[in-house]
Amino acid sequence: MPAVLELRNVSKHFPGHAAVEQVSFEAPRGELFSLLGPSGCGKTTTLRLIGGFESPSTGEILLNGERVHSLPPYRRNVSTVFQNYALFPHLTVRANVEFGLRRGKVPPDLASRVAQVIDLVRLTGMESRYPHQMSGGEKQRAALARSLVLAPQVLLLDEPLSALDPNLRKQVRAELQQLQRRVGITFLFVTHDQEEALSISDRIAVMNAGRIEQIGTPRELYLQPRTRFVASFLGEVNWIDGFGLRPESIRVSRHRPEGSLPTREATVLRANFLGNRIQLETRSASGDPVVAEVPRLDAAFSSGDPVHLWWHPSDELRFAE
Amino acid sequence: MPSNSDPSSRLRRIFLAPSWAILVSLMVAPLGIVLAYSLLTRSPYGSISKPWTLDNYSRLADPLYLAIFLRSVWIAAAATILCLLLGFPLALFLSRSGKRKNLYLTLVILPFWTSFLIRTYAWMFLLRDTGLINSILLRLGLIHQPLPLLYNYGAVLLGLVYAYLPFAVLPLYATLERLDPSLLEASADLGARPWQTLLRVTLPLAAPGFLAASVLIFIPCLGAYLTPDLLGGGKTVLIGNLINNQFTTARDWPFGSAASLALMAVVLVLLLLGLRRRGEALL
Repeated sequence: MPAVLELRNVSKHFPGHAAVEQVSFEAPRGELFSLLGPSGCGKTTTLRLIGGFESPSTGEILLNGERVHSLPPYRRNVSTVFQNYALFPHLTVRANVEFGLRRGKVPPDLASRVAQVIDLVRLTGMESRYPHQMSGGEKQRAALARSLVLAPQVLLLDEPLSALDPNLRKQVRAELQQLQRRVGITFLFVTHDQEEALSISDRIAVMNAGRIEQIGTPRELYLQPRTRFVASFLGEVNWIDGFGLRPESIRVSRHRPEGSLPTREATVLRANFLGNRIQLETRSASGDPVVAEVPRLDAAFSSGDPVHLWWHPSDELRFAE
Repeated sequence: MPSNSDPSSRLRRIFLAPSWAILVSLMVAPLGIVLAYSLLTRSPYGSISKPWTLDNYSRLADPLYLAIFLRSVWIAAAATILCLLLGFPLALFLSRSGKRKNLYLTLVILPFWTSFLIRTYAWMFLLRDTGLINSILLRLGLIHQPLPLLYNYGAVLLGLVYAYLPFAVLPLYATLERLDPSLLEASADLGARPWQTLLRVTLPLAAPGFLAASVLIFIPCLGAYLTPDLLGGGKTVLIGNLINNQFTTARDWPFGSAASLALMAVVLVLLLLGLRRRGEALL
């Protein structure tokens, strides 16, 4: 079965810089695939290339095996949820949702399709509201409904949570994931927030400077990052003798541990209370700063304490470069 | 906390005083005089005298004057619609021309640097029987008689559209410029062809610009007198010419005053209707 969405060596060069460089990936049906990277890494440009708002300088974009990269947006069966939602301000929620269905011949089941999708995003009763009468979360759900009613092959979401109140974000994130499971449409999710990407994605492509650094499941990317960039973008890393070590992989004790596990002597500089755990800022005997995170109950350390840091060799993050 | 304490409100009064003085002396007072004149009688030698009367207003109901008024409305409406039709594509082009925007905007405003009277005379030189257009066509042998280009409604309409086109372009440009480009992308994303996006997104969202442009064009066109006078010759009397004649050749100031106030009342009513429909466009 061909992937719903496939990019083959897609590049996009703007005058003076390359926004996207040799990007390739496939997303099968029903997958929640994320493009993750810092701002300016090319993730939004990649999304716009798929949506048809930009055309690639080189490479191919395929939807269900068909080349679409030279088609205008209105001929591609993909739909975008814009970062600012881009709801039509002169139309009600219902008219916004109907917008894509009212072209030429109006489908006979328009009303029921619209009602169904408005119910799906829990906006029933708000059909007659205008965008300026709605909260950010409601606008986002209206934008989702407007796209989903067209049953696109791929739904493109450009930082859909960034415009929301931080308190809402986690809730909406979970709702988005549930919604994706229910409708079974491939979601392509663009974000710069690693926690967001890790928590909802089936797979993630980590982008940096226009290129994909690594594609994998959240677990693979976090536990087996292939590059230093991926390792440090997906979480904290301590760099010790050329390998990386996540703070939570480091154990801390007052006495040298028994056995042959790798160990460093260090001094506690600061103990930061994080609620469920304690973050210990230490300096190793060789002078490197090392941050460790330990369960709160294990952490009766204070600054100046001499400690032993140890870990399992399998937790070391090693890179070919 | 800001408050309407005495010093700040006194300061406000001081700064507003010049504006008030100008408004009262140059607008409220003259209007009062016009109102008084409109209620007085024309003396045999063309000056103003008693008794007080409403005759000047009742004379306006004469079919002759109603016809002039309707003709003025008709020409002003036609000029407004033509300005909007011609101005919208130009405004759309301006709003999408990137770095050249300012150059093109300057070109739109450029005619204002020359006196309106001179520009109207220039049109007369182009349109008259021995003018540029007719003489070229005659020389080329395309016509044997000069075309009647000047001194008719067509010439008046042309002159009004020419004069007021920038008043359509600028407000339309201002609304189109503010239009969020992601809305146009969203429309295309939802399957709308470019012309559908134009009809379903761009035009409705430019409505405030259309309303502002309509007001800016229709009102002065309704009272226009220079253009119909010069390009229409004596034949095409519009309400502006009628009023002008009362104060000059006819020397009937009371009737001229009544006609002026009636025109103002009509304009005011139209303006209020426009404001009620979409007040924020004008404010």
